[in-house]
Amino acid sequence: MKHLLSVTDLDAATATGLLDTADRLKQALLGREVRKLPTLRGRTVITMFYENSTRTRVSFEIAGKWMSADTVNVSASGSSVSKGESLRDTSLTLSAMGADCVVVRHPASGSAHRMAAWADRDHGMTGTHTSIVNAGDGTHEHPTQALLDAATLRDRLGSIAGRRIGIVGDVLHSRVARSNVFLLATLGAEVVVIAPPTLQPVGIGQWPCRVSPSLDAELPALDAVMMLRVQAERMHGSFFPSSREYAIGYGLSEARAALLPGHAVVLHPGPMVRGMEIAPSVADSPASAVLAQVANGVHVRMAVLYHLLAGAPE
Amino acid sequence: MTEHAPTDLLITDVRPYGEDAVDVLVRDGVVTEIGAGLTAPEGVPTLDGGGHVLLPGFVDLHVHLREPGGEESEDVATGSAAAALGGFTAVFAMPNTDPVADTAVVVEHVWRRGQEVGLVDVHPVGAVTVGLEGVKMAELGTMAASRAQVRMFSDDGKCVNDPLIMRRALEYASALNVVIAQHAEDHRLTGGAQAHEGVVASRLGLAGWPATAEETIVARDCALAREAGAALHVCHISSARTVDVLRAAKAAGVRVSAEVTPHHLLLTDGRLTSYDAVNKVNPPLRTAEDTKAMRAALAEGVIDVVATDHAPHASQYKDTEWQAARPGMLGLQTAFSVLVHTMVEPGLLDWRGVARVLSERPAEIGNLPDQGRPIAVGEPATFALVDPEAQWTVRGAALASRAANTPYEGMRLPGAVVATVLRGRITAQDGKVAR
Amino acid sequence: MANDRRGDVPGAPGDRELLSAADVTRTIARIAHQIIEKTAGDERAVLIGIPTRGTILARRLSAAIGEFSGTAPEVGSVDVTLYRDDLRRRPARALEDTDVPDGGLDDRLVVLVDDVLMSGRTVRAALDALADHGRPRAVQLAVLVDRGHRELPIRADYVGKNVPTSRDEQILLLLAETDGVDGVRLQRGAGAGAGSGEAAP
Repeated sequence: MKHLLSVTDLDAATATGLLDTADRLKQALLGREVRKLPTLRGRTVITMFYENSTRTRVSFEIAGKWMSADTVNVSASGSSVSKGESLRDTSLTLSAMGADCVVVRHPASGSAHRMAAWADRDHGMTGTHTSIVNAGDGTHEHPTQALLDAATLRDRLGSIAGRRIGIVGDVLHSRVARSNVFLLATLGAEVVVIAPPTLQPVGIGQWPCRVSPSLDAELPALDAVMMLRVQAERMHGSFFPSSREYAIGYGLSEARAALLPGHAVVLHPGPMVRGMEIAPSVADSPASAVLAQVANGVHVRMAVLYHLLAGAPE
Repeated sequence: MTEHAPTDLLITDVRPYGEDAVDVLVRDGVVTEIGAGLTAPEGVPTLDGGGHVLLPGFVDLHVHLREPGGEESEDVATGSAAAALGGFTAVFAMPNTDPVADTAVVVEHVWRRGQEVGLVDVHPVGAVTVGLEGVKMAELGTMAASRAQVRMFSDDGKCVNDPLIMRRALEYASALNVVIAQHAEDHRLTGGAQAHEGVVASRLGLAGWPATAEETIVARDCALAREAGAALHVCHISSARTVDVLRAAKAAGVRVSAEVTPHHLLLTDGRLTSYDAVNKVNPPLRTAEDTKAMRAALAEGVIDVVATDHAPHASQYKDTEWQAARPGMLGLQTAFSVLVHTMVEPGLLDWRGVARVLSERPAEIGNLPDQGRPIAVGEPATFALVDPEAQWTVRGAALASRAANTPYEGMRLPGAVVATVLRGRITAQDGKVAR
Repeated sequence: MANDRRGDVPGAPGDRELLSAADVTRTIARIAHQIIEKTAGDERAVLIGIPTRGTILARRLSAAIGEFSGTAPEVGSVDVTLYRDDLRRRPARALEDTDVPDGGLDDRLVVLVDDVLMSGRTVRAALDALADHGRPRAVQLAVLVDRGHRELPIRADYVGKNVPTSRDEQILLLLAETDGVDGVRLQRGAGAGAGSGEAAP
């Protein structure tokens, strides 16, 4: 594995291997005073975030640091990006500085793919064959989020294959949903997408999932429900009439959460809009795995960095 | 202004429209004799036709030559060279330049530059609205009456989205004997659009450009053109269902014509998975079903012509993230080969048909009296000599355009332009521009 | 990691048998007695195996010690992959179990257990890993086979069998838990990676 750009880069064995590595890393660090492994000593990991995201950026930073990589954070404001430098020039510059890995968050779908293509094509110019990790590109994918969700589900449910998992909300604009639908399907889950027609992507019929407009009808048979973030700007795009009506139809209220089977897990990629997407009491209930997701995020990202950077260069 | 003198030429062993081999004698840029075994009069040069196919010179209703203002991507000289090498003898240069070609001054500049370069007749297209802003009609009459003699107006790149402005433009144009060429895209339906709205774009997280945004504008404009009794030309049709709208409008007697680009005949949105913006174009590459419908409609005549939408972009505008990249592809030097590949080889179009869609109909639509003429005695000697048997591999860096954004990079294509003749003068031969 | 420690073929014709199944059992018993003697009834002593076969040996040793002395020491395992100095020489390896007994390693006597000792690099990695888990009172090393070719100043406190080998020979160590049968064999010029024990650097 040279880059992690999309969950479609991962077959079931590779994805399971990453989850296993994450589990072992978690095990290796359990109860230790010194939460540091020497594995990536001397490797440089740069996080390059063109969108604000404290949670993902910090998670990658901790993952790198716990494995002794030198992690450097670059944000788009305050760098040459704000002076109009192209993504390619920025990308090549980081490679030329010796970045073994660039973790990129960018508002344009496919930007991680482009950076990987430049890294592969131009490493003769820069002297470093940089690995690219997609930390969220536009409305395309967020593969490490899907991996940490899968890790959390495996923890809580014991297995993923054969489990029925509902993904609820703004699937159209959600990179988390895209990565999760395809990764969970690869891992053998039965995925149900639950969204109003205006928030369903065109051609979702060809995705490896079932589509349902009714949350209430699906909840009693779900092993897990994943609530998606509804971005404020969508409320002005005629995708649904009002946040009130959205909450009535697709919010996970206390009454609605009661329809779930007792063993079911509630996930949310965060940041949560409490009240609209999810009732505060549900978010803080024992069924909620929201904080486990965050904790697993670090181990999953360590696993990704391990698989990309620890072995021999390909 | 340089006036190039018409030339004398004997072209031997050519097959007009792929028919029997003849020799063609040209005096003063006009065909004076066609027959077997002609000999060159004293001092008249000979072009050995090698048994290749002779067609009327190609006419492209839709190119972007980027001059003025975008010379880092193309200019009239490099674009003219690409046109001549592609078999074209006339091109229509779209007005989305900087400044916009919305006044007589700018269109005359483009026209004069074309004359100076002298490889191809460059006909500037005037803007329909001032600054392409869709708000206020540009001075169509002044541009039509200028030395550039503008015969086609378009806001290409943008749609004349306001139905009232479009209606007035069609009405106004009807008295000037000019055609309004519409870039059919309802911008209210394509805000932020990056790719064909379909399975591929939705998986890739690219905002969709729905085919309905094209169909609805074409349907609306046909209704407006019928009411105005005006001529409407629809640029770069891309969707199968737009063809149905056009067919119905033509049957109802609307004066509407339409073009399709080579890339919409061949390429599909399946190419987008690399996010390489060389595949980014507006309207977007659509599905295999659409390309199939485009080919059928072109064969049927519902789509009148092939136009390249030749749109050079320097690498800094293309080698970026998809969303930031500019839409457009090179087309002039690959159009003929793509047409051979998609239409001639499968038997959808014969050489008469190629002459129709690449030369005769576009000349009619663009009101060019001396282009797209029959290969006959007394007609201008304006030809494309093509070798249908040739095979070549496309290399963007080897094309004459300043930019290299060809989607066909590395592709092996059939058919090559051997020579291009404009009013008796060879403008390109064996892959080299005449100087 | 697992793969380079396991023979693809459990014994091929031409192998020389170094220890039979019965020898392996006897050897483990002998090491168990030595550990009892040397740790002198330290009830907090802990056996930490290096996965995969080291951990199995640690479990067997613990059982044997329990049988002979009445108290079976705690067993754990520490994966050393993350501490290896040759990670960059091969594609990223799968990680193995790490399982440190509750209460940690602080001030305890740790007996590291591995199957075959060669360069000493695995033990070096294990010592680093142990240090990150706590501060043992002392660390000892038990191995079933010592085949020589040390590259670091490391020696074992308990050795089942010393086997002089050449570098192109491979030690094939088989354990019933993973290979269906116990035994130690010497393979001459066997294919790279087909042997157990520390991979040649």
